[in-house]
Amino acid sequence: MYKFLLANRYLRTRYIALASIVSVTLGVATMIVVNSVMSGFSSQMKDRIHAILSDVMIETTSTDGTDDPRKLMAEVDRLVGGYVEAMTPTVEIYGMVSFDWAGQTVYRPVTIVGIDPQGKNQVSPFAPYMLSRQEILEDGEVVRAPLRSLSEPLDWELTQEAQDSRKEWIEWEQFKEQFDHQYGDNSEPSLLPPTDSGIQQAVALQPISGVEVADPFLQTSGTESSDGFSVDTAPPAIGEYVDPFENQTKDENYDSTAPLFGRVYIGAGLVSFPYKDKATGKTHIMYMVKPGQDVNLTTIKTGKPEPANFKATVTDVFKSGMSEYDANLVYCNLEQLQLARGMLFSENPTDPTKGLDWRNGAVTSLQIKLKNYNDAGAVVRKLRSGLDPEKGTFQVRTWEEKQGPLLEAVAMESAILNVLLFLIITVAGFGILAIFYMIVVEKTRDIGILKALGASSRGVMVIFLSYGLSLGIVGSGVGVIMGLLFVRYINEIEKVLSMMTGRKVFDEAIYYFREIPTVVDPFTVAWVAIGAMIIAVLASVLPARRAAKLHPVQALRYE
Amino acid sequence: MSQPATLSMTQPVHLCAKALDKAYRKGEHQVYVLRGVDAKLERGEFLSIVGQSGSGKSTLMHLLGLLDEPDVGEVWLDGNRIDNLPATTRDELRNHVFGFVFQFYHLLPELTLLENVLCPLMIRYSAWEYWKRRVEFRDKAKAIAKQVGLDHRLSHRPSELSGGEMQRAAIARALIGEPSVLLADEPTGNLDSQTGGEIMNLLHQLNEEKKLTIVMVTHDEKIAQQAQRIVRLSEGRIQSLNEAA
Repeated sequence: MYKFLLANRYLRTRYIALASIVSVTLGVATMIVVNSVMSGFSSQMKDRIHAILSDVMIETTSTDGTDDPRKLMAEVDRLVGGYVEAMTPTVEIYGMVSFDWAGQTVYRPVTIVGIDPQGKNQVSPFAPYMLSRQEILEDGEVVRAPLRSLSEPLDWELTQEAQDSRKEWIEWEQFKEQFDHQYGDNSEPSLLPPTDSGIQQAVALQPISGVEVADPFLQTSGTESSDGFSVDTAPPAIGEYVDPFENQTKDENYDSTAPLFGRVYIGAGLVSFPYKDKATGKTHIMYMVKPGQDVNLTTIKTGKPEPANFKATVTDVFKSGMSEYDANLVYCNLEQLQLARGMLFSENPTDPTKGLDWRNGAVTSLQIKLKNYNDAGAVVRKLRSGLDPEKGTFQVRTWEEKQGPLLEAVAMESAILNVLLFLIITVAGFGILAIFYMIVVEKTRDIGILKALGASSRGVMVIFLSYGLSLGIVGSGVGVIMGLLFVRYINEIEKVLSMMTGRKVFDEAIYYFREIPTVVDPFTVAWVAIGAMIIAVLASVLPARRAAKLHPVQALRYE
Repeated sequence: MSQPATLSMTQPVHLCAKALDKAYRKGEHQVYVLRGVDAKLERGEFLSIVGQSGSGKSTLMHLLGLLDEPDVGEVWLDGNRIDNLPATTRDELRNHVFGFVFQFYHLLPELTLLENVLCPLMIRYSAWEYWKRRVEFRDKAKAIAKQVGLDHRLSHRPSELSGGEMQRAAIARALIGEPSVLLADEPTGNLDSQTGGEIMNLLHQLNEEKKLTIVMVTHDEKIAQQAQRIVRLSEGRIQSLNEAA
């Protein structure tokens, strides 16, 4: 009883010892904050990676893919059907995207992924990353509300806004076409002498800049017109005139502002850059391509190293927050990519885009979502042994294996940080040791008294050990509270810090997060707190042993 | 171990020292403090040990009270040798049999007077046991404090007390464990003569009323004369055993 009473009294009367555990407190608080922020970042990152990839991926070793997705899916169903919640085929291939911006053509190397959006969204829900389903913020203010709700099925339909912008864009492109045609600069061969006749033409062109005027010459080829450069066919100017090709051209008389068959979700990093407005000092995100516009995609055909080109309409821009993906991925409709690469052949030569089914073509990978991710190991093993193990046609990996180095690097970073911070707490332990030694020296006479009154050496030792433990409990307890409060109000603290320093401490343009993500793992918090307590107790072992070994007579004589 | 067993039927001497030798090392030299000291103490006796500074009287008291071990010689309590017992048993004996009063009071500065008085009981019982009986113990401590005349200052810290009050508190602390021997090392050495006289009266009263065995160490002849028997020590040897006047 006296042990705890004395430990308690020492705790309340020796403020110097409390000062010595401030470093423990700060160490514990820092460890909690750092761990929470790091696991916040890494769990956000994992979420994003996981949303782009899927639980388990079966990929063909060759980029030509496997010809029979039906068979492959049936095989997977047979092998691991019980574990699978959903699967979706994809075609992944390297390629290039190009688009016109500010009078020049921009080229970007990309990975083109052919997907079935519904299936893909089931396997890994990436619909929330579409910009049309997000709020757009600038400097913390919502500048645009989501255009569609998250629950809407993910498909290739354009939003109303995208359609409007497409219309505008096409009109502009047509005007540019006409303008270039008429006023093409000297480097291009011009049909007309670039003298005064140009002025005349300009007057004549005025109505052409609208869409009313029909230009039959631009419609000579059906395939040409599908690239969106043709002018809408207006009602015949001459009422009595009957076009003998009317029936044939009916199909081609579609709305030229209608989007193309090829549709893409394009990564935000590919088509945007942050732009600092010099006048206001605010940073805006400048988009070079908006949904509704067309981009050119180039990739290779199967079988032989030949380029495959196609145009596609941008349906949406996606921004996952992983720059590795946002600056690299273009999602395309599966059938278009198969068609362009010669993985799928159309049965209808007049309208090749009609009635296509990806199941008839080839795919390069199958993404699988499991009912329970804990089964991933077993599923991967079964698939590896079940799917043509000798030929090496397929590679089966979980998303963690595919992103192994990145995840390992993050885990390593956090482990090293933890070791360093724990060393700080250990250093604090030596501070406790020194101060405890002093306290034992100061209390020498009291120790002698206690021994004279019959206290055993063990009892005296327990006084100082429990003193150390209670210091550790107070220190790490305050540290835990401080750390948790810091984590809880980290965004407010960030704002205050930004205000005080005049610099943005946490720039959302860099990190993609609006707020600093934090995840408090109770296990980690407990572990840190217990570790700090153990260090405090260990630091008090030596002084406590010294106190226990004191000879009562000498201790009593000590002045 | 609650109370040491008293087996002998013939009621041997309560506490006795047999040929005690004690030396301290000072650098290379051995300094002999006690050289073959014998002493006997009957139950209920008031013995004083007198001597010059350095004559070994405090050391003799420490050896009797098991605070120290003799180099040669034995200490017997009620017919049992106690100086060679294991450390934990000696700790318990100190707690149960002996009560100490020191010249400089030696109260624990962090505790209140009441808590200081309760210290031996806190040491004796486990935390749980003490907690269960805390009311009983507190009452007992209050009664003893009243007996030594301190019942109005129970919640004061030692630093807020006068020397006489501190010594009274120390005596109360020594008494609460109901010891059979009270060992007092210069109990009046730090007090003025009037306060010292009050303390001496208190000790006499305890000796007479409660038949408490008291060993008092002092260098003051006048104080020593108040005891029943005097042991004179000089340079580690017993000079004479006098009956007090």
